[in-house]
Amino acid sequence: MTDINIKPGMRESATFDRNTIAEIQRAAETGIYDIRGFGAKRKVPHFDDLLFLGASMSRYPLEGYREKCNTSVTLGTRFAKKPIVIETPVTIAGMSFGALSANAKEALGRGASAVGTSTTTGDGGMTPEERGQSSKLVYQYLPSRYGMNPDDLRKADAIEVVLGQGAKPGGGGMLLGQKITDRVAMMRTLPKGVDQRSACRHPDWTGPDDLAIKIQELREITDWLVPIYIKVGATRTYYDVKLAVKAGADVIVVDGMQGGTAATQDVFIEHVGIPTLAAIPQAVQALQEMGMHRKVQLIVSGGIRNGADVAKCMALGADAVAIGTAALIALGCNHPKWQSEYEKIGSAAGFYDDYHEGKDPAGISTQDPDLMQRLDPIEGGRRIANYLRVLTLEAQTLARACGKNDLRHLEPEDLVALTVEAAAMARVPLAGTQWIPGQSF
Amino acid sequence: MRTIDITSQSVRDLNQALHDQAPECTEREWKVLNPAGKHNIACGLDQNLSVDIMGHTGYFCGGMNKKAHLVIHGNAGQGVGENMMSGSIRVKGDASQAAGATAHGGLLVIEGNAGARCGISMKGVDIVVKGNVGHMSCFMGQAGHLVVCGDAGDALGDSLYEVQIFVKGNVKSLGADCIEKEMRAEHLQTLKELFNRSGIDEEPEAFKRYGSARNLYNFKVDNASAY
Repeated sequence: MTDINIKPGMRESATFDRNTIAEIQRAAETGIYDIRGFGAKRKVPHFDDLLFLGASMSRYPLEGYREKCNTSVTLGTRFAKKPIVIETPVTIAGMSFGALSANAKEALGRGASAVGTSTTTGDGGMTPEERGQSSKLVYQYLPSRYGMNPDDLRKADAIEVVLGQGAKPGGGGMLLGQKITDRVAMMRTLPKGVDQRSACRHPDWTGPDDLAIKIQELREITDWLVPIYIKVGATRTYYDVKLAVKAGADVIVVDGMQGGTAATQDVFIEHVGIPTLAAIPQAVQALQEMGMHRKVQLIVSGGIRNGADVAKCMALGADAVAIGTAALIALGCNHPKWQSEYEKIGSAAGFYDDYHEGKDPAGISTQDPDLMQRLDPIEGGRRIANYLRVLTLEAQTLARACGKNDLRHLEPEDLVALTVEAAAMARVPLAGTQWIPGQSF
Repeated sequence: MRTIDITSQSVRDLNQALHDQAPECTEREWKVLNPAGKHNIACGLDQNLSVDIMGHTGYFCGGMNKKAHLVIHGNAGQGVGENMMSGSIRVKGDASQAAGATAHGGLLVIEGNAGARCGISMKGVDIVVKGNVGHMSCFMGQAGHLVVCGDAGDALGDSLYEVQIFVKGNVKSLGADCIEKEMRAEHLQTLKELFNRSGIDEEPEAFKRYGSARNLYNFKVDNASAY
């Protein structure tokens, strides 16, 4: 029923709205939970609820385009002999070959390399396309260890030990049979066509004390050359970050609940984890209390869309950010030009989230050879590079307005919140007041 | 033969010296003295070396091994031979949990017992255990062979893919989707070859074979009680 059919006197239940009714009826018909891609779709306090306080009398702005604003960041300065220097603090988050097509992975690598930043493998090993096109490649070390081998480990510019992701903290991976092609099956040592569910816990260690030994092993295998990241989904972030530092991380990646996924239960995506906005101050507090802020670098991800989001993350204390869903959208995911194709599979541009089905009209989250060809990796790389440059320019614009000649000089004092919830989570004052809920009265 | 004493040199020194052999092998025989349960000994090797470790090792000894042949003259801690690609590791004593976890190839021989989750998520390695294995062994095992000459604990082969499991003794319980399967001539031949390679004296006919029923490969709502 469209809104035009709703007449005065017809009242929709707030509890049992149309989406809820549809989900109950879908569950009753199929007997299985809803699986989908994308990230949380519910509205949560986010970066839109923060504003910058630009310079005026009490602060001195920098001249746009004329006065420099540094964007480069060095990651992995704690222990690695070869830290990574990225020219923009926007990196590409881990997304697997299998979930994404080879062309999509190549495009991400091309785009990231063009602007001097890093891209990241995923739960499926390292492909030659990705390694070949990524000047800085972070190799994920996941519970499944699909495709994990010491040769690729040594080819990596950094290693990211994944404990969880924002879309499903506490959950394992999922790649349904329709996307397990011959190549994906071979890389993962799996039978073709199985519904692959990878484990949620690592197979050979349990808890932070074991993790410290595991990290030492990875350092030994790579002769202490490359940085080692620890990635966590945002939940008990304060404690997780402290334990990650204790375990020996060079870099900590915190992924908020708006972070994307290629296939997860909807109930998981929408009901587990905390918003990115709430996670950053917890992480920064933990690092500061340990005297490790800026020594162990913090990368934040989960729902970052524009340069304002980047700048706000950095003002709250992050050293860099990672984008996943936004990068896929930049490649063409949910583009209106595929509207008729989306309609054929029961979706629409702007709503498509069935990444797990492998029928992506844009050729991104698919292993179908015909669909894959729709994504030109060179053109895709150009789009990613353009988008990353826009994010960087936007963040620089805001930093200069706040009088900062380095994105990492942005600070919480530059921010205010529009809502009480955002003020409490981000730990910045409600706009026009000195009030930070939970901290001041 | 080159000898490194861990009391006077660090594990880092040892591993670097072993890694330095990868581009060009100048010393094939190695002996490690006084390992004293230290972690990450001889991990990441990438050359056809022969390494004798004269005592007990901690976690992840021989992790991600390629080509090298290790003998641990003692007990091995957690994750011995994890993600091994090729070569061999022989543990003269017992091994802790997660022995051979996710290993892609090579041969892991444990002359004593192995703890829980032996061969978890194994991806092609051959593991021969002369004694018993603990619970959840071969959980989510994808490829390769696990041979247990003693008993197996609870939930053997839970959520198994394509590993072939052979057990001589008792199996306390089978995990989800793991079943006993017919032992055919080709399986007896496989076992015979594994015993020859591992130097274990056993009769293949005394073993039973277990593998995946493949009922959980694709989701069926009727199997919901198994999840």
